[in-house]
Amino acid sequence: MNAITPITTTLKDWESDQEVRWCPGCGDYAILKAVQRTLPELGADPAKTVFVSGIGCSSRFPYYVESYGFHTIHGRAPAVATGIKLANPELDIWLVTGDGDGMSIGGNHTMHLLRRNLNCQVLLFNNEIYGLTKGQYSPTSREGTHSPTTPLGSVDHPALPCAFALGAGARFVARGFDVSKHLPEVLKAAHAHKGAAFVEIFQNCIVYNKDRFDDFAAPKGAEDRQLWLKNGEPMLFGSDKTGRQKGIALDGEKLTLKVVDVVDGDWQAAGVIVHDVTNRSIAHMLVEMPFGPFPMALGVIYDDPRPTYEDAVLGQDTKAREGKSTDLARLLAKGQTWTVSEDGPEL
Amino acid sequence: MATQTAEPEGLTKNSPEAVVVRFAGDSGDGMQLTGGQFTLSSALAGNDFATFPDFPAEIRAPQGTLFGVSAFQINFGSTEIDTAGDAPDVLVAMNPAALKTNVGALKPGGLIIADTGEFTKRNLEKAKYEVSPLEDGSLSKWQVLAFDISALTVEAVKPFGLGNKDALRCKNMWTLGLALWMFDRDRAPLVDWLNNKFRKNPVLAEANIAALNAGHAYGETAELGGQLHKQHLDAVPAPAGLYRTITGAEAVALGLVAGANLAHLPMFFGGYPITPASSILHYLVGLKEFGVTTFQAEDEIAAIASAIGASYAGQLGVTSSSGPGIALKTEAMGLAVMTELPLVIVNSQRGGPSTGLPTKTEQSDLYQAVYGRNGDTPMPVIAARSPSDAFDCAIEACRIATQYMTPVILLTDGYIANAAEPWKVPDPASYEAFPVSFLEERNGPDGTLLPYARDEKGARPWIKPGTPGLTHRIGGIEKNPGTGNLDYSPAAHQAMTDARHAKVNGVAKSIPAQEVTLGNAGGKLAVVGWGSTYGPIHQAVRRARAKGLDVSHIHVRHIWPLPENLGDLLRGYERILVPEMNTGQFKTVLRDQFLVDAKPYNKVSGQPFTIAEIEAAIEGALA
Repeated sequence: MNAITPITTTLKDWESDQEVRWCPGCGDYAILKAVQRTLPELGADPAKTVFVSGIGCSSRFPYYVESYGFHTIHGRAPAVATGIKLANPELDIWLVTGDGDGMSIGGNHTMHLLRRNLNCQVLLFNNEIYGLTKGQYSPTSREGTHSPTTPLGSVDHPALPCAFALGAGARFVARGFDVSKHLPEVLKAAHAHKGAAFVEIFQNCIVYNKDRFDDFAAPKGAEDRQLWLKNGEPMLFGSDKTGRQKGIALDGEKLTLKVVDVVDGDWQAAGVIVHDVTNRSIAHMLVEMPFGPFPMALGVIYDDPRPTYEDAVLGQDTKAREGKSTDLARLLAKGQTWTVSEDGPEL
Repeated sequence: MATQTAEPEGLTKNSPEAVVVRFAGDSGDGMQLTGGQFTLSSALAGNDFATFPDFPAEIRAPQGTLFGVSAFQINFGSTEIDTAGDAPDVLVAMNPAALKTNVGALKPGGLIIADTGEFTKRNLEKAKYEVSPLEDGSLSKWQVLAFDISALTVEAVKPFGLGNKDALRCKNMWTLGLALWMFDRDRAPLVDWLNNKFRKNPVLAEANIAALNAGHAYGETAELGGQLHKQHLDAVPAPAGLYRTITGAEAVALGLVAGANLAHLPMFFGGYPITPASSILHYLVGLKEFGVTTFQAEDEIAAIASAIGASYAGQLGVTSSSGPGIALKTEAMGLAVMTELPLVIVNSQRGGPSTGLPTKTEQSDLYQAVYGRNGDTPMPVIAARSPSDAFDCAIEACRIATQYMTPVILLTDGYIANAAEPWKVPDPASYEAFPVSFLEERNGPDGTLLPYARDEKGARPWIKPGTPGLTHRIGGIEKNPGTGNLDYSPAAHQAMTDARHAKVNGVAKSIPAQEVTLGNAGGKLAVVGWGSTYGPIHQAVRRARAKGLDVSHIHVRHIWPLPENLGDLLRGYERILVPEMNTGQFKTVLRDQFLVDAKPYNKVSGQPFTIAEIEAAIEGALA
C-alpha cells in the first residue's frame, strides 16, 4: 500500500468499458467484483493505481479495471512491477498472477519480488490447472491430476504457494477464495501492509477443474473445514451450536500443530493458541497444515512488515546523490586527461 | 594500426610511423598499470594510439602459469591509429609464461625484452618449457634483450629498505622506465603520478621513482652495447582541446547518461552480470547523481522486464547484455515493440553460440538483432565502430528510442568494450536535445483517449501512469489501432503490423545519408563494414589506395533501418566485399535489402581482423 490521499469512488468507477471474456461461472468474476468493491473502501485513486499481470486467464484482469493496467508476458509481471515501482514509488501496484504464471514460468521472479519486499499486492489466483491453454496440470495440481498432458494422473508433488512465499521471505501471507465474503477483508489487510503482500486466492476453474476446492469452500459444512484466522483471537473452527467446536493447539513435544476439541467454549482449557500474525514459525505450520486432518487456514496468516525495497534503493540513491555535481561536462572530462594546445599535449 | 612500414624493420631505424608494444607478465606484475601509464605518456608525446588489454578469464590464476598471464597492447604512432595493432614490434615478457603465450604474435625481427630473474627452473616448468628458450636458440627469428630486471630493480630500490617482495613490486616501473627511454619519452609526468599515487607512503613513491629512473638509465647502457636504439615518433597534429582515454564500456555508459539527459529523462538501467557487458553496469552504479537508477535483476529477463516497467512509468529504460543474455531477453523485446515503449538494449557481442567464447570478440549477433524475434517485430539497430564512437551511438539509440517510442538495439563487442583510445572530450551542449513530452490531456475526438494514435513519425503518445484522467490498459496482445484495446480482428492485426513496420522504416528519414568513409562514390570495389572492423578495414583500404588500387571504404552505423541511399551507393561499385567477424551476416542483410552481389570475407577465431588480412582480401577481390 501507499500513503494516499483518499479519493471517493464507487464500484462503477472501477469498471472498464471492456467486455469481460472469462467463461461464464468462472471464479475470476467473483474476485474481480471483490477487488472492485474493495478499491473504493481503500480510497484508492484510479490514476495512481496500476494493475500488472503476466499471462493466463487471471492475467486478463487489468483490462477490466478502470485504472492503469499492464498485461505483460508470461511470468514476468513481478519484474515489470519492480521497474514501475522504482521509477515511480507513488504508484499503488496490484500484481495479478496465477499458479502457472507465478509459480511455474515466473517462480523465480515471484521469489525475488518477495525477498526484496517490493511494496505491492500480489494476488495469485490458484485454480490448480492451466486454463487458457486448455487444461494441462499445473505446479499446484494435486498428485494424480488427470489432464491432457497427464492422462495417467500427475506424479509430481504440488507446490504450496503460501509456503513458497514464506520461504522466499514474504512478510505478508494470506489466503482466501473467489466467492468468499471475507475476500475484501483479506484484500484490505494486504493493501494495509507496507511491503510485498502475498495473497493466494483459490479460484474455481469451472471448465477444466470444476469445484476443485469444494472440499473446503462449499458453503455446507464450511465452518468445520475453514479456519479463518484473526489476529489476537483463538484459532477456532467448527460450530459451537452443534457442539463440534474445535481449535488448533501446539504439540510442544513434536513442535507441530494439532486439532483439539473445545468443550463448552473453553478454548483455553483445550490449549487452543491465539493467532499472532507476527509469529513466523506458526505461520509456516499453518500454511503447511494438510487439509483433511486439518481445516484450511484462511485469512491473514502472517503480517510483519519490514522496510521495503524501493525505500531502501531510493533512499540509498538520494544519499549517494547528496552534494554531488550533476555537471555532465565535468563527468565527461573525468579520468586520465590531457590537453592539446599549440604547444602540444600537456597534463 | 596505422601504416606500419611494409617491410619489418625492427627497431634498428628511427621513426617508423607506428609501433606496437605488448607488455606481458603474471597477473600480479602490474602490466595493466604499466600499459595505462605508457598510454598516458604516448598521449603526452602527441602520438595517436589504441590499446587493448588481454587479461586472464580466471579470477585468481596461480602465479607463473600460462593461464595467469595478463597482457596490455598499445599501438602508437605519428599518424592516425585505428586499431591496437596487428603484430607487436616489441614484447616485454616478465616471466616464461608471458613469453610463451605471447611470442607467437611477435613480428619476425621484433624485439623481446625478458626478465631473466624470473626464468627460474620452477617458472620454466610452470610455463611448460623443458629448456630455457633464452638459451636454446628457439627465439632466433627475433631480437632478444634478456637481463635480470628483478635483480636490477632490487638493487635500485635498496636504499629505501623495502622487503624483497615490495622491492620486486617495483619491477613494472623499472620496465616502464626502460620503455620511456626507448621511445624518447618524458619521465616527469610519471614521477608526478607516482608521487600522487603513493602520497600516503613517500618511501614507496621514492622507491618506484628510483626504479623508473634506473630502467631509464639502463637504456643508455644497452644502447652503448648496441642492443637497443632510442626512437622518436613525431606527434600527430590534433585539434586543440581536452582529451582523455576511454573504453567502449565507459563510452556506452556516458553516452546513455548523455542521451537520457538530452531527452530530459531519468534513466533506469536493469542489468544482470555477464561478460563482457557487466562493466557498463559497474560504471553506471557510480553515476546516480545524473538521474541514474540501477537494478541488478535476478536474471536477464527480469533485467529487461524491469527496464520496460520503468519506461512504462516514464523513465528511459535501458538494459545490457551479451549474446546468451540477449537471447533470454528476446520475448520481452517483443513486448516493448508491441506496447511501443522506448527502450535501449546494449549487446556487447562475444563469441558464440551458447557460452561460446565469453572473453573474445565476434560480430555474430547481427541476425539476432535484425531478425531474431517471433512475429513481425521490427526494431532499429545501431552499431558502434570504436570506443569513442560508442558514445555517439548510445546517444543516437536514446534519440531513436524516445522519438519513435520503440526499443533500439545498440551493438558493440568485446573488443570495443575493453579497448581504449584517445577521445576529444565533447561539449554536451553541442548535442541537440530531444526533450520528451508526455501526454497530459485526452487526445481523441469527443474527449476520448487514444493511446495508440500516431504522430507524423508514426509514434504513439507516451502516457505515464499517475496522470489523472488518462487511465488505460496496454499489453502484449494485439490491439485496436487507436484505443489500444484488445482486438484480434484481421483488420486490426494488419493495420498494427503495418504501422509498427512503417514507424521503424521511417527512422531512416531521421538518420544521415550514407557517406563513403574513404575513397570514391563508385568504382571497382567497395569494402563495406560495420562495428569494430572499422579500424582494420579503414587502414587496409588506406594502404591499398596508397598502392593505387581502386577501392573505397563504406562504414555503416545504422544497421536497421539502413540509410535510404545505401542501395544506390553500393550499386555504383563493380564489386562489394563485406569483411565480418561472423559467417556473413551483414552480407545477407545487404543482399536481402538491395539485391546486390555482396561477397563475404569472414573470420570467427575470436580475434579481430588484422590489417594485413583485409589488405590481402582486397587484393584478392580485385584480382
